[in-house]
Amino acid sequence: MSILTWTYIMVGLTFGLYIFIAWASRVRDTKGFYVAGGGVPPLANGMATAADWMSAASFISMAGLISFLGYTGSIYLMGWTGGYVLLALLLAPYLRKFGKYTVPDFVGDRYYSDTARVVALICAIFVSLTYVAGQMRGVGIVFSRFLEVDVNTGVIIGMIIVFFYAGLGGMKGITWTQVAQYTVLIIAYLIPAIAIAMKITGTPIPQIGLGGEVQTGQFAGKYLLETLDQLNRDLGFAEYTSAFGPGQKSMLDVFCITLALMVGTAGLPHVIIRFYTVPSVKAARLSAGYALLFIAILYTTAPAVASFARYNMIDTLNNKPYKEAPSWFKNWEKTGLIAWVDKNGDGIIQYRAGKPFKGKPVFIKGNGPLGQRLVKNELTSSPNELYIDRDIMVLANPEIANLPAWVIALVAAGGLAAALSTASGLLLVIASSISHDLYYRMINRKASEKQRLMVGRIMIALAVCIAGYFGINPPGFVAQVVAFAFGLAASSFFPIIILGIFSKRTNREGAICGMIAGIVFTAVYIIQIKFLGMKPWFLGISAEGIGVIGMLINFAVTLIVSNMTKAPPKEIQDLVDSIRTPRGAGAAIDH
Amino acid sequence: MSNRLEEYWRKNISIVISLLCVWAVVSYFCGIFFVVPLNAIKIGGFPLGFWFAQQGSIIVFVALIFIYYRVMNKLDREYDVHE
Repeated sequence: MSILTWTYIMVGLTFGLYIFIAWASRVRDTKGFYVAGGGVPPLANGMATAADWMSAASFISMAGLISFLGYTGSIYLMGWTGGYVLLALLLAPYLRKFGKYTVPDFVGDRYYSDTARVVALICAIFVSLTYVAGQMRGVGIVFSRFLEVDVNTGVIIGMIIVFFYAGLGGMKGITWTQVAQYTVLIIAYLIPAIAIAMKITGTPIPQIGLGGEVQTGQFAGKYLLETLDQLNRDLGFAEYTSAFGPGQKSMLDVFCITLALMVGTAGLPHVIIRFYTVPSVKAARLSAGYALLFIAILYTTAPAVASFARYNMIDTLNNKPYKEAPSWFKNWEKTGLIAWVDKNGDGIIQYRAGKPFKGKPVFIKGNGPLGQRLVKNELTSSPNELYIDRDIMVLANPEIANLPAWVIALVAAGGLAAALSTASGLLLVIASSISHDLYYRMINRKASEKQRLMVGRIMIALAVCIAGYFGINPPGFVAQVVAFAFGLAASSFFPIIILGIFSKRTNREGAICGMIAGIVFTAVYIIQIKFLGMKPWFLGISAEGIGVIGMLINFAVTLIVSNMTKAPPKEIQDLVDSIRTPRGAGAAIDH
Repeated sequence: MSNRLEEYWRKNISIVISLLCVWAVVSYFCGIFFVVPLNAIKIGGFPLGFWFAQQGSIIVFVALIFIYYRVMNKLDREYDVHE
């Protein structure tokens, strides 16, 4: 059977499974809709959180990024896992004990203020919207590449599927679908990784293969990482395992970006609300452990995949005549994600540091003398002749390792599972922020269960449409706004939730001033760097890492203003006492 | 808040702080600040600093949460605040 047939079968089967689960877990009350009834077992919540967290970017792009960044790629590995330690130790158990439905709920109640609630609500919606646009685009790209349909058709199919299970089952539907999606995506990630580890290093465990020896070829018997260091050096790149060298990020920048990603992770509303769904404080702690364990399976495999891919690419392509290039090279050249320009006219592919030409390849009609596709981009002076899009590192892996067609199809289904699971979690945050925090808490306190459910479903439909619109018409700044999502989560939510739990003295005035100060500083800095083209003026910290400074400003302003104004009322201090002890967590309280 | 609950809270804080110290050491110290000197040490094919940054820190993070889970369950029972 052809790859295309297999892909239709795999994607069809997994989509059928998601729809079946959605139908089986449809809900009739708001508690089911917002927090899955509060009865999700820790193991299942751990899987759902892992799928919720690992997006199309983790599944498709991360290994490719690391493969080009080497050591510096660790910012994503540590940054996107370390946040769970903060979440488990500082946030999840207390928020579970607090037991409401959303993050603005906590902020609004703890700081006895609708102003604080609205600020939190706007942050939650903004962070989730920027994030979800990228997911829908990811769905469209997987569809177009593997199912040979138009990107826009792919986005619309994705929208219908997500609306079906998020609208019908709310949090409950999403949770159980995510459990299935985690299973699909992790299998799809591991099979090619294991096969390539076997091929290159002779061990089936990628995490061990990373430190193993190359089995065949001119580097046989030499450690893989040592080989990569040497290859990188020879071709003019920074050594793969070395840190902070020329052309790499500085130590301070690596530190700030890693910390900003960690804190941002712990402050992302779609991750936090998952801990409202478990039955007890104890279960919240345990499910954070399971979540990180399930995430770590992929996150420790990714750096191995990155190094295998790097080795494979250089080994099979560099200094090889174009005519003898492997078939996967030509397949991906057709998609425009690989391009080769024969600068010196010798018919041999030379891969070196630097860009081969300016920008992304723009192809012209016709082929070169050897059959290669021609680009009209302006060439650079670098001797490098090869353009490779980072995203193909994971997607091309099965072909590079000569795996059967059904594995390639499985990888497509895995990419879709990763994108859809994250999109649905984000959409629920947007819908619950509007239908619960805005409509029920601030506009219509007398709304019936039925009305609230209806508003929740309408909001999911609306959010799906907005996300779909951005998926079909991606704004040019999608890549830039990702820095926004993490920076804003780090500089707004994280400090005031932490202080709300660990400092009784923190009051309404402090929290509002702190959130606004943190957000304004972070937003202005990111806009200056990403949109106005300014140099990173604050200690050379890049836009991705500036959330750390925004967070410190938030902490400082909140503490100073709180101590200068009146202490919070007695009942708020009692509330803080109560969230500090696990007993009596019960189910999420409807209020 | 009664004295006993205050004591529970103080113990909780000290557990969290000690675990976060380990968290900071494996990621920021071994993985970032001292990565260059640690890379001089080789464990099999791994430069040690690089291993901490791309493998070791993540493994320790997972272990930390499970340790926290066990220690806190014990503490909750000891102070009779468990569910």
